[in-house]
Amino acid sequence: MQRSATSAIIRAPTKAIYRRLGDNAFQTVVVGFGITIMLLAITLAWVLLRDGWEPLRIFGFLGFLTGTTWDPVQNDYGTWPFIVGTLITSVAGLALSFFPALGVAIFTAEYAPRWLASIIDTIVDLLAAIPSVVVGIWGIFVLVPFLQNNVYLPVYFWTFEHAPQLLPVLGAPAGYNLVTATIVLALMIVPYTAALARDSIRLVPRSQREAARALGATRWEVMRMAVIPYARGGIVAGAILSFGRAIGETMAVAMLVGNSNTLPFTLFGPAATMPSVIVNEFREAVENLHLASLMTVGFYLFLISLVVNLIAAWMQRRYTVGGGAL
Amino acid sequence: MAVTTTPTAPRRTRLAEVTPANLRRRYLRDRVMIGLLVLATLVVLIPLLVIVWYVISNGIQAVLEPTFWTSDLGSPARALSGRETGLGHTVLGTLVVDGLALLIAVPIGIGAGIMLSEYPDHPLTPALRILNDTLNGMPAILKGLLAFALIVKPMGTFSGLSGGVALAFVMLPIVARATEGVLRIIPWSIREAGLALGLPRWRVVLNTVLPAARVGVVTGVLIAFARAAGEAAPLLFTAFGNNFFSSAPLRYLTGPVDTLPARLYSLAISPYREWHAMGWGAGVVLLGFVIVTFVVSRCATRQRHQADM
Repeated sequence: MQRSATSAIIRAPTKAIYRRLGDNAFQTVVVGFGITIMLLAITLAWVLLRDGWEPLRIFGFLGFLTGTTWDPVQNDYGTWPFIVGTLITSVAGLALSFFPALGVAIFTAEYAPRWLASIIDTIVDLLAAIPSVVVGIWGIFVLVPFLQNNVYLPVYFWTFEHAPQLLPVLGAPAGYNLVTATIVLALMIVPYTAALARDSIRLVPRSQREAARALGATRWEVMRMAVIPYARGGIVAGAILSFGRAIGETMAVAMLVGNSNTLPFTLFGPAATMPSVIVNEFREAVENLHLASLMTVGFYLFLISLVVNLIAAWMQRRYTVGGGAL
Repeated sequence: MAVTTTPTAPRRTRLAEVTPANLRRRYLRDRVMIGLLVLATLVVLIPLLVIVWYVISNGIQAVLEPTFWTSDLGSPARALSGRETGLGHTVLGTLVVDGLALLIAVPIGIGAGIMLSEYPDHPLTPALRILNDTLNGMPAILKGLLAFALIVKPMGTFSGLSGGVALAFVMLPIVARATEGVLRIIPWSIREAGLALGLPRWRVVLNTVLPAARVGVVTGVLIAFARAAGEAAPLLFTAFGNNFFSSAPLRYLTGPVDTLPARLYSLAISPYREWHAMGWGAGVVLLGFVIVTFVVSRCATRQRHQADM
C-alpha cells in the first residue's frame, strides 16, 4: 500500500518542462529495454515455430509429437524418442537427487552450526555454477569407464546368468547410456534443488519451530511436523524448477547419453534427449527438412519448459517463496 | 498464507504419551536422522568436489605449458607429432564473445530491471516480469537456436557476433531479475528523500537508487556472467569454433571463432589422447574463470553486509 501511495506522489505532475522531458526520455529508454526482453521471449517462440513449420505441416502437430522414427536418410521425423529420453532422464535424475538435496537443505538450515552452514552453502552455490561441459568431460573419462567396469558389466553378466528375461530391459552395456546420463543429471541439479529448498526452509517463521519445541518435540519432530509441512510448497516449487533445469540440460547429457535415435531405449544402451539431438545433429544437418525438424524439436522443448516453469511459478506465487536469481 | 499445516491428530497424541521407552525411541530416531542428514550432505558434496579435483589434477599440466596460452590449435597432426599447439585463440575468442555478451546484456538487463522495480505503475511491467521469467526458464540451447535464426542465417556465416548475442540472451533475464531484486531492497524513503529535494524521477533512479544498489547490481551481473561463460550449447551453432587465430581482429566478430566451452566439448569427444589432455586444460581454465567470478561476487556481497552493519 505504501508503494502505490509513493507511486502516486512520484506521478504528481511537475511544472518544469525539462523534468518531464528527462523523465520521458529515461522512461522511454528503460521501457525500450524492457520491451526488448519481451520481444526476445516472443521472438524465441515465433522463430522456433516459423523455422519448424514445415515438419509440423507434413507430419501434423500430434503426428510429429508421437512419431517414433527419426530417420534423416528416409526424411521421416518424429520427436517421441527424444521426449521419452528427456522425461526418463529428468524424472529419474530428480528422483535420485531430491532426497539428498533436501537432506543438505535441512542440515544447513537447521542442524549445522553457523560457520559450517555458511561453508556448505558457499560450496553448494559454487557447485551449481560448474559448467555443464566440465561435468561432461569428467563423465567421459572418469565416470563412464568406472561405471562400465564396476557396475554395468557385472550387472549385465549376473543378469545373463540368473535372470535372462531382464536382458531386453538392460540392453548391451554401452557405457554411454540412460543410467549414466541420469546420474550426471542428478549431480548437476542437486545443488540447485538444495539451494531452493534451503531458502524456503529458512523462510519458516521461528514461532513455528518454537511452538513445536514447546510441545516437547525432538529436533527431528520439529522438522517433520512444523518446518517441512510449512515449507512444502516452496520445496516442491524448487524441485519443479530443478526439473525444468534438467529438461533443458544439454551438454553433459549429450556427451554421455550415447545418442541413439531409435526406441525402445534400454537402461544400459544408448539413448537421446531433445537437447542432445539438437546439439548432435544441428551442425551436420544438410537437408532442409532435417534442420527444420530440429527446430521443431526445439519448439516442443520450448513448450515443455514453458509448462514446467509456469507450474513452478504458480506454486511459488501461491506459497510466496523467493530465490529466483540463482 | 494458507500453509500453516498443523500436525495431524494421531501424531499429536503420540507426542503426549511420554513413557521412558517411547522417549528413548524418539531420541534414537532423532539421532538416526541427524546421521542420515550428514550422510546426505556428504553424498552431495563429495562427488561434486571429486569432479573439481579430477579436472584440476588432470588439466593443470596442460595449463602450465606456456604454448597452451600462446599458440593456436591447428590440425590434430600438430598435437600428435608434438609440435607447438595450444588454445591461445580459444582464450582470445572467449574474451571477445563474453565481452560482447556483457556489453549487450548489462545495459539492457539493468534497464529492464529498473523498469521492473522503479516503474511498477507502467502497464507493461507485469507482462515484462512474466516474459522475463519465461526467457530465464528456457534452456540455453534454444537461445542458441534463436541467435542462429536471427543472425547466422541472415549473415550467412557463423560468427563471434552471433555467439556474443546468444550468450547475451542467456545473461539478460538473469541480470534483469537480479537488478530488480536489489533495487527493491533499497528503501522507498531514499527515493522519497530525492523527490522531496526536487529531483526528477530519472535523477532519483540514476543518482540515488542505483548508486545505493551498485554492489548488488554488480554481483547480479557477475552471477549471470559466470552462468553464461560456462554455456557451450548456444555457442556450437553460433560462434561455431575455429582451430586457428583469426587473420584480422575484426574476423573475431564476423567469422567463426573458438570459445572455451565449445572447444572443450569438441576436444573431449575427439579421438586423440593429446587433445583430451588439452580438453582437461580447457576445463581448468573454464572452472578457474567461473570460480574467480564467483569468489569476487561473494566478496562483494560480504563487504556490503559489513557496510550495512
